[in-house]
Amino acid sequence: METYSPTVEHYLVLGTALFFIGMFGFLTRKNMIAMLMSLELMLNGVNIIFVTFNKFKHPVALDGMFFAIFIITIAAAEAALAIAIIISIYKNFKSIESDEPHTLKF
Amino acid sequence: MKAILFYIFSVLILACGIFTVTSRKIYRAAIFLLLTVVSVAALYFLMEYTFLGVVQLVIYAGGIVVLILFAVLLTHDSGSLLPPLGVKRTVATFALTGTGLTVFLYTILGRKVEPGSGEFNEPSVKMIGGQLLDLYNFGFVLPFEAISILLLAAMVGCIVLAMKFSKTMN
Amino acid sequence: MDSWSYIIWIPLLPLITFVAIGLFESRLTEKISGLAGCVSMGISTFLSYCAAWQYFFISGKSEEVYRKIITLDFTWLKLSPSLSVEWGILLDPVSVMMLVVITTVSLMVFIYSTGYMHGERGFARYFSFLSLFSFSMISLVLATGIVQMYIFWELVGVSSFLLIGYYYDKPSAVSACKKAFIVTRFADLFFLIGILIISWYGSSLDIQTLIARLTDAGSPEFQAIKNETFLGFSVLSVALLMVFIGGAGKSAMFPLHIWLPDAMEGPTPVSALIHAATMVVAGVYLVARLFPVYAISAPDVLTVIAYIAALTSLFAAVIACTQFDIKRVLAYSTISQIGYMLMSLGVAGWGGDREFGFMASQFHLFTHAMFKALLFLCAGVVIHTIHSNYMQDMGGLWKKMPITNIAFLTGCLAIAGIPPFAGFFSKEDVLTAAFEHDKFIYTMALITAGLTAFYMFRLYFRIFHYGTTAHHHDAKEHFSIMLIPLGILSVLSLVTGFIPFSEFVTPSGKPFYYHMHFNLVAYAVIVSVAGIVIATLFFYRRSALPVALAGKMRVIYLAVYNKFYIDEIYLFVTKKIIFNCISRPAGWFDRHIIDGIFVNGTANATGRVSEEIKGLQSGNIRHYLWFFAASSVIIILLFLFIYQP
Repeated sequence: METYSPTVEHYLVLGTALFFIGMFGFLTRKNMIAMLMSLELMLNGVNIIFVTFNKFKHPVALDGMFFAIFIITIAAAEAALAIAIIISIYKNFKSIESDEPHTLKF
Repeated sequence: MKAILFYIFSVLILACGIFTVTSRKIYRAAIFLLLTVVSVAALYFLMEYTFLGVVQLVIYAGGIVVLILFAVLLTHDSGSLLPPLGVKRTVATFALTGTGLTVFLYTILGRKVEPGSGEFNEPSVKMIGGQLLDLYNFGFVLPFEAISILLLAAMVGCIVLAMKFSKTMN
Repeated sequence: MDSWSYIIWIPLLPLITFVAIGLFESRLTEKISGLAGCVSMGISTFLSYCAAWQYFFISGKSEEVYRKIITLDFTWLKLSPSLSVEWGILLDPVSVMMLVVITTVSLMVFIYSTGYMHGERGFARYFSFLSLFSFSMISLVLATGIVQMYIFWELVGVSSFLLIGYYYDKPSAVSACKKAFIVTRFADLFFLIGILIISWYGSSLDIQTLIARLTDAGSPEFQAIKNETFLGFSVLSVALLMVFIGGAGKSAMFPLHIWLPDAMEGPTPVSALIHAATMVVAGVYLVARLFPVYAISAPDVLTVIAYIAALTSLFAAVIACTQFDIKRVLAYSTISQIGYMLMSLGVAGWGGDREFGFMASQFHLFTHAMFKALLFLCAGVVIHTIHSNYMQDMGGLWKKMPITNIAFLTGCLAIAGIPPFAGFFSKEDVLTAAFEHDKFIYTMALITAGLTAFYMFRLYFRIFHYGTTAHHHDAKEHFSIMLIPLGILSVLSLVTGFIPFSEFVTPSGKPFYYHMHFNLVAYAVIVSVAGIVIATLFFYRRSALPVALAGKMRVIYLAVYNKFYIDEIYLFVTKKIIFNCISRPAGWFDRHIIDGIFVNGTANATGRVSEEIKGLQSGNIRHYLWFFAASSVIIILLFLFIYQP
């Protein structure tokens, strides 16, 4: 019992599941902030998979972890920008429903 | 012990994730997101990636989620409910993501992941810093610089977006 | 003094002028561009005189034979170990003589043009094109390799095209330049095929090597080309005939002559330079350059050339008698005189006395360049003063334009072959060569000589005498820069006949000495004088005679006046036959099949599909997201199940 530890597949399934939960939210939510939160979930799922592969496939290297770090950094930048945009949209449309800005239409 | 912890955190992550995307109260969704992110950090600790776990905590939990909470405060009345999800859309999306998930699980479980050679040692901060700024030996100095520029650009972009332009400038 | 390094500057200076004027065209004043053109051309001319002096009198001769000197040679493209495209400068009697002709006439025309083109729009453009022409013509005659020659041959055609179309807002000039270009291009196609065949069999692209191989009956190349036959002729003959067709296109031989009269739409100095003195003799030059091959290996082709040339010469002279546009008369006269040159080449042969015809043709080329340029430039002065090309608007100008009158008369006497003008000597040589070879050709040439005298004096009298006409009281000759070249060329038309040409320009480089046959001289002079006398009777004063004569022979007159309907035949062939039977189905195919189905069909299909799917772009981000996610899933599915490594 002491020797049992979760296999690689468990970690991968966890990451994938988190990714698709995020994707589900991303596609169903109308509220932009909620969409942003779903996006963060997706990124976390991907990060888990990166780290898992790093740990189990290439234990000596650090590349997977670096990818995770870079993704976190980019996520931070993206979140900041996205929120700036959302607030600016809110100022203009008084709403942050993603259906509102129709003006993107051709 | 580790296995039990892993399963606890896994359940936490998935459950909080599902609540994040389904909760009709956006505050609650944000809090669940915070929980998810913290659980993921815990998972990293469990996998002995301490540095990454710390980064996850500091940036995600301390930065991004807080930012999102501020945005929610700025744009929502307290206690307001998000509109319910459309049934048709939910079903369609569920089918789509379900398909995607099935395909991925099929792929993951259908192939045996060969464990890599070598002994895993918890990476020290010195090692991480060394490889991150190394010009040779698969160093990551170029992505590092690129990310720096990206962050700078994002910062400038946020400032520009947040700036109040006078009417004549519009 | 055996240095030839300065030769390279003779073509290079006009090239530099072309580039400089061409680049800064809009910013240059008339004075600067004119001066630049004249000065660079003047230096070129001076250098080419130096070259001629050095070649003929100092270092060109060794053991009594003029050598061929290659002063510059570099390999441009190495196609295979034994075959390469060479660029270089070749000096031999013909090219040096051509150099002198081209630079002299160019310089005269440059100087003349500063006056003639004064105040025209695009003055600088004109000079840059003129420099381009001089550059390419000089390079053409100096070429060592057959590819180099072909390149400059085409470049000459292009500059001719540009200059004919100089007045590009005039529809007739535009169609004339297109006609000239298309006809000469058509002929150049044969030229290209010809040189390709020759260089294929001769396995060389160097003219001297080719000549050496194709005239030596023992060489394997000669055996190969002689033994292959095409339509019953040896391939060598066919190839040489094709090369001649190329030359005939440029030199306006029948039936490819139709572009030259129309080319008179260009400015008159251009006609003088390109369409009288230099470019149109490129065909003569071409045959002269390959003359050993023609004379030794394919004398039958030479005979064909002689007959075509003699026929053209007579035919053009007949037409010239009926035209009223003075430049067209000169154009037909040019065709006729080039016919003389080619005829003389055609009757020549290799070795001994038969080389005489070659010398005669080069001699005639030389003198003709001088007096024909003179005639054109005089016509230019007249046109400049009267503002009309037509004889009907002229007459009685001798009092008002005395200098032009004298210059024109000099030119007419020279072309008519009256001693001691230049044309007399060269024409005598041509006629003698023809007499010794073929009496039939000689007869045609003699008739042509009489006609030449007749139409030239008809032209002269109609312009300067023929009573007086009322509508140009104010026309007056002003002293201008245009008269300087007239004077110089008049003097040249007088004295160049005394050059002992046979000592300089011969096919083998061996000088020979020659005396005239006095009875032949007498015939020719009598015929010419007879022509002049008839012209005087008809046209010195206004008289009813020519009209009556034309009325009597109405059918013939009309045929001749309409240039034997050659243009109409061409039009019929191109419009009715080629357009209807080939171009129209091809056009239909292009419009309906290529354009209709492939090009427009694709565009229409795309347009229709995009019209249909435009609705998908709703502007709703969530729709986009949905499509994105769904397509990602589909693509991943495809990858997993179709692409399996």
